[in-house]
Amino acid sequence: MREWFYLGKEWIESRFPAREFWEDHLVKYYAPKYLNFWYFFGSLAMLVFAIQVITGIFLTMNYKPTAGTAFASVEYIMRDVNWGWLIRYMHSTGASFFFIVIYLHMFRAFLYGSYQKPRELLWLFGVLLFVLLMAEAFMGYLLPWGQMSFWGAQVIISLFGAIPVIGSDLALWIRGDYVVADATLNRFFAFHVIAFPLLLIGLVVFHLIALHRVGSNNPDGIEIKEKKNEQGIPLDGIPFHPYFTLKDMLGAIVFLMIFSAVVFYYPEMGGWFLEKDNFIPADPLKTPEHITPLWYFTPFYAILRAVPDKFLGVMLMGAAIAVLFVVPWLDRSPVRSIRYRGPIYKIALAVFVICFVGLGYLGTVAATPAATIFSRIGTFIYFAFFLLMPIYTRLDKSKPLPDRVTK
Amino acid sequence: MSDELVDHKKRRILSIAATVVGGIGVAYVATPFVLSMDPSAKAQAAGAPVDVDVSKLQTGQLLTVEWRGKPIWILRRNQEMLDRMKEISSQLRDPNSDELSQQPHYAKNEYRSIKPDIMVMEGICTHLGCAPTYRPELAAADLGAEWKGGFFCPCHGSRYDLSGRVYAGVPAPSNLKVPPYRFVTDTRIMIGVDPERA
Repeated sequence: MREWFYLGKEWIESRFPAREFWEDHLVKYYAPKYLNFWYFFGSLAMLVFAIQVITGIFLTMNYKPTAGTAFASVEYIMRDVNWGWLIRYMHSTGASFFFIVIYLHMFRAFLYGSYQKPRELLWLFGVLLFVLLMAEAFMGYLLPWGQMSFWGAQVIISLFGAIPVIGSDLALWIRGDYVVADATLNRFFAFHVIAFPLLLIGLVVFHLIALHRVGSNNPDGIEIKEKKNEQGIPLDGIPFHPYFTLKDMLGAIVFLMIFSAVVFYYPEMGGWFLEKDNFIPADPLKTPEHITPLWYFTPFYAILRAVPDKFLGVMLMGAAIAVLFVVPWLDRSPVRSIRYRGPIYKIALAVFVICFVGLGYLGTVAATPAATIFSRIGTFIYFAFFLLMPIYTRLDKSKPLPDRVTK
Repeated sequence: MSDELVDHKKRRILSIAATVVGGIGVAYVATPFVLSMDPSAKAQAAGAPVDVDVSKLQTGQLLTVEWRGKPIWILRRNQEMLDRMKEISSQLRDPNSDELSQQPHYAKNEYRSIKPDIMVMEGICTHLGCAPTYRPELAAADLGAEWKGGFFCPCHGSRYDLSGRVYAGVPAPSNLKVPPYRFVTDTRIMIGVDPERA
């Protein structure tokens, strides 16, 4: 019996490198010991992605992507499909949790300088994933065909119309009609369930390949590969499996507890995860009194609204995202981790976080003169954090780095 | 084959030629896919002209009809309203409708309309495509004592007067668009076509 088992294993191994893959990426992939709380969010992002893919497949079985039937089919899923409400709430809650996880994952990079050399490409793939995720979420939000779906899409697609010369033709091409209409809904469905998930999966693979080439950063921001034992294993490295698979499982369990609590008790989150106006069917002739995107877009929306000029506003909002791509080259600090950086960066990061959250809030309220002034201040700080980074990170007094990874 | 016998130059030229030809082929194949996303024949047909009867339209009343899926506003104004529009010209971004793409040439006049009393325009904010609200009342509490009646976009606070002319200092860059239209009779408008002798 055992012989047969080994023969079978060998038959497979000579044809498919499953064992090598397992060893290269799990049992012989060494990650720094003492990876703290902030290192949960990479694996959690993959968990949410899996939740979104699985719930998404089952939603597709009952959803109908036409302007005449979309809204009713979502209500059908919520009321008549067995457990449909659960699957739909998991998917809608998952979208918000995806962004919570990703924002914390990105914040980790700012804490510990994870984008610095040699992890620039890893960071670039990550920012690209963030952009694709925003597009995926935006297109998914049109599908319920409620008032916010419709008018949110109308506003965002109109942004492309601000581009000189080709703008209005481009917006027309994206919509496939003169306003957001059936054609728009149908193509967003195709992008949301096929094109973008495929792109996301491909890019996640790239992100992981890049990660496994350079190895995880750590809260000390030092290279564990510089100090190895006779076998060539980093002295401060421990195998990813079983150590970090178990640690990540703990994270997953805690995450799923919080996730379930929201799905079962607060799936709409008081209008933050599912906006109230989206329970009204789309009406192309009537704009809701107050259009706001979902919370995860509001910081960028506030930047858009802060500018009194349409084209410049769109440009500035695009720049707010584009600037993330060049962060590895803006940061001139000799150390990575905030533990060994001087006070200037600590203050700058704290102010940046406050301003980002503040912009997020301002993006949800009506554009009163006071809100506009605060949005302008926030926008200024947002860009100052990035554009002044080459200066203040160099001026900052960093502390000496430890020899080995510390707790 | 030994290395000396390989003509590297020729090989490079052939590689480049193959890449260029292949690239042209890819561009050709991509074209139908890209163009398939433009408005379909059906969507374009839905852009056919719409016939509207305005005989029952009261002064100050706003009628909304649909053309190409867009809300088209028809507003009847009286002389007093038109006079008020003259007073605020200095507060507007483009009071003389100099931006030619925002109206047909036959609507480029003081009132932005063929007949002064009947205003026809697209009810889509030129900022980001929201539908502005009709606010005819003077000095509305939320719009300030200076408000002379007009349209207010709830999305980002853009303001227009009763001719769809945009105020200066708001996010919207230009006046509301005037669609092509003609008077078939004195009280019937055809939206989507230019006047016969235009």
